[in-house]
Amino acid sequence: MTPALMIKDVSHSYGARKALDDVSFSVPPGSFTVLLGLNGAGKSTLFSLITRLYAARHGEIEIFGHNVMRQPGVALRRLGVVFQARTLDLELSVMQNLIYHAALHGIGPLEARRLGQAALSSAGLADRAHDKARALSGGQMRRVEIARALLHEPRLLLLDEPTVGLDIKARADLLALVRGLVQEQGLGVLWATHLIDEIADDDQVVILHQGKVLATDRAQAIIAEHGATNIGDAFTRIAGVAQEKLSA
Amino acid sequence: MSEISAPNGFTLRQYLICLSGVVWREGLRFLHQRERFVSALVRPLVWLFIFAAGFRQVLGVSIIPPYETYVLYEVYIAPGLMAMIQLFNGMQSSLSMVYDREMGNMRTLLVSPFPRWFLLGSKLLAGVAVSILQVYAFLLIAYFWEIEPPTKWGYLTVLPALALSGLMLGALGMLLSSLIKQLENFAGVMNFVIFPMFFASSALYPLWRVKESSPWLYYVCEVNPFTHAVELIRFAFYEKVAWPSLAIVFAYTSAFLVAAILAYDTARGMLMRRGG
Repeated sequence: MTPALMIKDVSHSYGARKALDDVSFSVPPGSFTVLLGLNGAGKSTLFSLITRLYAARHGEIEIFGHNVMRQPGVALRRLGVVFQARTLDLELSVMQNLIYHAALHGIGPLEARRLGQAALSSAGLADRAHDKARALSGGQMRRVEIARALLHEPRLLLLDEPTVGLDIKARADLLALVRGLVQEQGLGVLWATHLIDEIADDDQVVILHQGKVLATDRAQAIIAEHGATNIGDAFTRIAGVAQEKLSA
Repeated sequence: MSEISAPNGFTLRQYLICLSGVVWREGLRFLHQRERFVSALVRPLVWLFIFAAGFRQVLGVSIIPPYETYVLYEVYIAPGLMAMIQLFNGMQSSLSMVYDREMGNMRTLLVSPFPRWFLLGSKLLAGVAVSILQVYAFLLIAYFWEIEPPTKWGYLTVLPALALSGLMLGALGMLLSSLIKQLENFAGVMNFVIFPMFFASSALYPLWRVKESSPWLYYVCEVNPFTHAVELIRFAFYEKVAWPSLAIVFAYTSAFLVAAILAYDTARGMLMRRGG
């Protein structure tokens, strides 16, 4: 089966500093894959390469078999992204943000309103469509960003540290929302995080450390392989760093 | 599965949806930022009502094309002020691009599956549309100050000139935005781009006067793209075409556009140099 996302031998440098070193892994369709790494591990760089903000000069990146450099249009329309930085236009209403995003995918305003209303309903924000984005809480903004990323019905969703800055309940809600999408709609998800408590035993985990992939397998398999008690313990053993950094 | 049934290319209609979406958003943002609109209007009006009124006795303007009679100094500087509105608008939309990039909004635009040149072009056209609105708002007020074209057709014939000069200044702003790494550097652009471009041009005084006082400055004014934007607008307002200026503005527009698109291109672009 064609993977939702395939990263093969990808390297990237900022001048002399190597941010990614021969990174390879894939995200199967209908899976929740966690990209686990500390801040500075290279997660955001990888996201920038997948979304073609930077050119992938070394290695191949494919979305459902379409190379992002050679067929960017075909690849990007199968992709939804939630960036680490907030990217809603705070001056506009929630619905206006969605209509703008839809236009960027060639979807007209009427269809966008219909899709937007449905997406907001499933994110539990149907009644906030006409509020300004500025009026939303951090957790609600994230949910709108997810609704927006799914508006053009992509089959792969990337989320870069989506829970940063959210309180415990908002984090749990967001995680449940995205896991639900994987189960109900068969979406392929790549969830980048440095927080181990967001990982379930059954999740596919890619451990990225200092630009290198150190392990890639189901969380429980990684734990078993390294004789660890949990995924944080396994990370500590593999990467040789203190576990506290994975819970802050 | 939608990824299989989705067509590979976008239709012309979808391109139009994308373009109008970008223009619509820029328009909404502009309406929400009322102070931006007011300051865009107040700036040229201050020049018109205060500067021009004060200098009208000092600076006489002889009969030079496109004018067929002596004109008041206010009438002479009006095209320069129209271009000034566009210059500020071009730089302001590039400021918003730097801001958008820092805040992440630019990412939303650039991960759209449409070709990058088209996305940047749409963004540029959106800025031009806003600048033209500002110019007409200025002309409406200026009308009551007796600044008007010889016939009403001038309001129409100036439109293509405004579109082209807006494109040129917007493309310049976009190029600058790709070169500016951070917001703080933007004050420098104001000082080193906007003011020299405006003052070393035919906006405030005819070039023959500049030539009399300093041949060197005259050549600077002659190569300044802003001079030619002003002359293009000045002639178009009088239902005439300044052919040399048209050619020069066209050439500068193409050069700035190509450079801006290359600068934002993933493979070669300046964005590559940024960490993140």
